[in-house]
Amino acid sequence: MTAAETRPDPESVGAAATPQRQGREEVVFHLDGLSVHYGEFPAVKGVGLDVRRNEITALIGPSGCGKSTVLRSLNRMNDLIEIAKVSGLVEYHGVDLYGPAVDPVEVRRQIGMVFQKPNPFPKSIYDNVAFGPRIAKTDDDLDGLVEQSLRRAVLWDEVRDKLDQSAYALSGGQQQRLCIARAIATSPDVLLMDEPCSALDPIATLRIEELMVELKSDYSIVIVTHNMQQAARVSDRTAFFTVDESVTGHRTGILVEFDQTGKIFTNPSNPKTEDYITGRFG
Amino acid sequence: MGRPVSRRHSIAEAAHGGRGLSASVMLAGDPRRRRKEARVRGFLFAAAAATVLVGVAIVLALIGEAWNFVTQVEFSKLWSLGWFPRRDFFDVRTIVLGTIIIAGIAMVVATPLGLGAAIYLSEYASPRTRRILKPIVEILAGIPSVVLGYFALTWISPNVVQRLFTANTFNMAAAGIGVGVLVTPLVAAVTEDALRAVPVSLREASYGLGARRGETVRKVVLPAAVSGIVAALILGVSRAIGETMVVAMAAGATGGSLLQLNPLEPGQTMTAAMTALAIGSDQVAGSGLAFQSLFFVGLLLFAMTLILNVIGDRFVRRVREKY
Repeated sequence: MTAAETRPDPESVGAAATPQRQGREEVVFHLDGLSVHYGEFPAVKGVGLDVRRNEITALIGPSGCGKSTVLRSLNRMNDLIEIAKVSGLVEYHGVDLYGPAVDPVEVRRQIGMVFQKPNPFPKSIYDNVAFGPRIAKTDDDLDGLVEQSLRRAVLWDEVRDKLDQSAYALSGGQQQRLCIARAIATSPDVLLMDEPCSALDPIATLRIEELMVELKSDYSIVIVTHNMQQAARVSDRTAFFTVDESVTGHRTGILVEFDQTGKIFTNPSNPKTEDYITGRFG
Repeated sequence: MGRPVSRRHSIAEAAHGGRGLSASVMLAGDPRRRRKEARVRGFLFAAAAATVLVGVAIVLALIGEAWNFVTQVEFSKLWSLGWFPRRDFFDVRTIVLGTIIIAGIAMVVATPLGLGAAIYLSEYASPRTRRILKPIVEILAGIPSVVLGYFALTWISPNVVQRLFTANTFNMAAAGIGVGVLVTPLVAAVTEDALRAVPVSLREASYGLGARRGETVRKVVLPAAVSGIVAALILGVSRAIGETMVVAMAAGATGGSLLQLNPLEPGQTMTAAMTALAIGSDQVAGSGLAFQSLFFVGLLLFAMTLILNVIGDRFVRRVREKY
């Protein structure tokens, strides 16, 4: 089952579709008043932003500002943490992601994720990429799918002769591209990337960034990054988060500003954003 | 070493060709602390050496006495109608097969229960449930085997084995199930540790690809933990083979046993046979070769567990997914 099937069909909306409506349909995620609590304490609260199709949306901000938490609420990875509670609205193509009829497993099949540290399975390169398709039982032409996914992740030429070798024999950068290939192999609609380059050297980082820009034509990408230059280089829109310390000393993440990346980095409307991106804070 | 003072010293030393420490640089340290460190090191080495020495001495004693037995016994007695050491019938088949039957029954009980409990605790239970259950499992691992011996004889035998089959009150099945119950917490605890050692990042990767919990357990966690799981099972088998009390009490045949393959009948394992021989030193000494046979059986036991460990090690090396 591909994401295209659940997406509202543009044709069926009718001739009345105004440019405004069309713009609405480009929205992949619509967040409104999203808060995530760990136990009693809010980790992040009141987040509202739209993620658009075929764009890279970057979430930036200092440590503890809840950007990873927001990212993980987009594919219900937070469900795995018992004490995490999500409130507010997360719409995915107009469907409430936390609605009662939604199966988190199905959500994760359509919304792929790449993690901070490369986490290939201790299996062969081939088995890593084939993992998702095998589980989804869409493995008609597994060899072709594995090759195609590795090509999309620009890893094929480096691993074509050693597909049966352990993924752990690859370098860190290659492992991360393998993880991207693995995520792509389930043909998701969105890729969530949680600081995908933080464990990599500059050259490997550059390759991943190039890859992201290339993948943008097929996927919508949300990336969490510590690296502001990276956000400026690759993203179309940027959300800046910061930490709000309460009187009791409890730290809660809040969204400060969300806008076109160009605007955030050249002419932010909030002075806090300016302080952060110019390095005066954070 | 950029300070002018030390440079001047090193130049002076180089000129003399000496390597001694100059008076102005204190590098000798406190001699008392160095001596203390040497003493600690010596003590730790002695502890390690003693362990190895005791082990080697035991094996040598075993081999020596076993050799005495092998050279003196008539070989036809090693392959006779049963294990009656005081009457000079040393049919090793009886006790080796008895051991294998009982350990086999035990593992049929302990493997699914132990692995199931471990998978539940590690992968399914909420942190709260786990906090309560894990210590209980570990306490169960410490139940004295005498208690389980009585349990096997007075409860498992009449309520399980004899209800399902027509069996002797003393039977190997009840003893095997009893040993299985005894071994289950051990298998569960060690397996659970192995499962918990699998990095969370691998589970996240699996869930992130749309795998369900069961798929994640089967395709990611279990393969990654296989070396630990095999270790747990080998530990379990070794314990089952080495278990004495439950078998001695519930399997009957305290003095000896006829060759018996039917688990519903009384039987004798290697350890139980040794116990029976060792009850009362006069009896052990009483008949010629019975005493030496103890060591022979002990050596056989030792060899069996050693072979098991080697096989397990080989297996793990072949199937292991290293993370």
